[in-house]
Amino acid sequence: MAQRTLRRKIERFLWRKPRAITEPLVVRWTAIAITFTFIGLFLVLPLAAIFTQALASGLTAYFRSLWDTDTLSAIRLTLITAAVAVPVNLVFGVAASWAIAKFEFLGKSVLTTLIDLPFAVSPVISGTIYVLFFGLHGYLGPWLKAHNIEIVFAVPGIVLATVFVTFPFVARELIPLMQAQGTEEEEAALTLGAGGWQTFARVTLPNIKWGLIYGVILCNARAMGEFGAVSVISGHIRGLTNTMPLHVEILYNEYNFVGAFAVASLLTVVAMITLVLKSFAEWKFKEESVQAAEEVEGLPQ
Amino acid sequence: MKLVLKQPSILPGFGLTLGFSLTYLSLVVLIPLAGLFARTATLSWERFWHTVTDARLLAAYRLSFGASLAAACLNLFFGLIVAWVLVRYRFPGRRLLDALIDLPFALPTAVAGIALTALYTDTGWVGRWLALLNIKVAFAPLGVVVALTFIGLPFVVRTLQPVLEDLDPEIEEAAASLGAWRRHTLRRVVLPELWPVMLTGFALAFARALGEYGSIVFISGNMPMKTEIVPLLMVMKLEQYEYAEATAIAVAMLLISFTLLLIINLLQWWSGQRHAAVR
Repeated sequence: MAQRTLRRKIERFLWRKPRAITEPLVVRWTAIAITFTFIGLFLVLPLAAIFTQALASGLTAYFRSLWDTDTLSAIRLTLITAAVAVPVNLVFGVAASWAIAKFEFLGKSVLTTLIDLPFAVSPVISGTIYVLFFGLHGYLGPWLKAHNIEIVFAVPGIVLATVFVTFPFVARELIPLMQAQGTEEEEAALTLGAGGWQTFARVTLPNIKWGLIYGVILCNARAMGEFGAVSVISGHIRGLTNTMPLHVEILYNEYNFVGAFAVASLLTVVAMITLVLKSFAEWKFKEESVQAAEEVEGLPQ
Repeated sequence: MKLVLKQPSILPGFGLTLGFSLTYLSLVVLIPLAGLFARTATLSWERFWHTVTDARLLAAYRLSFGASLAAACLNLFFGLIVAWVLVRYRFPGRRLLDALIDLPFALPTAVAGIALTALYTDTGWVGRWLALLNIKVAFAPLGVVVALTFIGLPFVVRTLQPVLEDLDPEIEEAAASLGAWRRHTLRRVVLPELWPVMLTGFALAFARALGEYGSIVFISGNMPMKTEIVPLLMVMKLEQYEYAEATAIAVAMLLISFTLLLIINLLQWWSGQRHAAVR
């Protein structure tokens, strides 16, 4: 009984007021403290560790390990991969969302689900399916070998695997956005005599601009950082088929920690730029939709 | 009734965009994935079963599922607190924290893997203190849980955030004005609204964790029967050119994760139904 009253007293103390519409101060600050600790431990500490380890032997060692032919070729390959994968998936994303958002047709929801499929597949499986297709023991392997075309353990395979894992990024940003915007503006433009491409460039594109940029940023981050899928298909040939994340692994396994963390720090900088651009795109998008809403309200009814 | 394939519209480009999308989708995703299943079909049933129930693989299933489940639970608990704090409270540094949440999406998994390993080895910033308590994280199953918690962190928070923002404060005010204590309002009014979304976030984090490879290969130490995960064993089969066995494991992984997602979707549908019935 005494225990019960004590518990009630503590509860009274913590949750002093009935009819409150927010939590008591103690609870609020505890929750904020937990948030800071959790994010600090899981997100900020790893970031700090990367830069500390990369600079552990000083700035000269840091730059020397970056100015290495294998590292430079890894950087080049990563840039090439992203430069192919992002535009291809951008074109696909725009085309797919135009078809899905602006028209009603049979099997639309199936198509939308299939577009998300690469997200449900483990990255290592994504790489494997191309090895099975194009590898020496794969379906097309013997034919490719006869024609001297290299895909697996070569750059085309790396690009293909990257295209697969970044496949849904642009489309899944654009589809809900374009669905929400409807078709009235495009219909008006067409009725006023604009052509199809003109309507897209002048009416649709400005409306989806920030969603598009948002999707491209996320797609690019994944394309530059993909590890599992690319690792399976690359063959890890130094200077030839090593992307930056794979190069990090090789250096790390050779106990060249400064080198590994130096390359990792470059990827981390890319990730941080991604976060900044992403926040900016979100903020811009919110601002413009608020503006648009105000303009609509201001119109004479 | 006539079957309508497509509603009429004056907008152009339907054939072009749909045709392009379907071709691209088939070439990049559907045909290669179908090849995976076709390849497994070349195995006899006994050999398939033998491959996917190998003792080493069974140990890997246990670790993959156990660690993914633990990480998803951790993310559910802390994710709920983080999402609540970010949406409901105002304090300095809130926007920075909010932007940081997406870091695991943006940071390459290999980078996350070596960074976490550096933190949790016996000489690392965190591992040093845990070693005093005799807790081993890096090169132990616990390390897998830590890496998967990092990877899954944004899923619960980002799924909950928009729902919390849309939650009508009037309902909570109504509960308060009827004399409810705040903790009762939270438990009886707010939490039931959040359950389906929490399940979704949990499922997304869990599914992502099951397939994760990049960060774990660094922190787990890859010791046979102890800290090997399923995707790693698949990659090892592939590197030994045992394609049929590798695809058998891949198909097993895909079937298991699709089944799990289906179960969780059903749970969600069921909870939505029950909720609708109460209303």
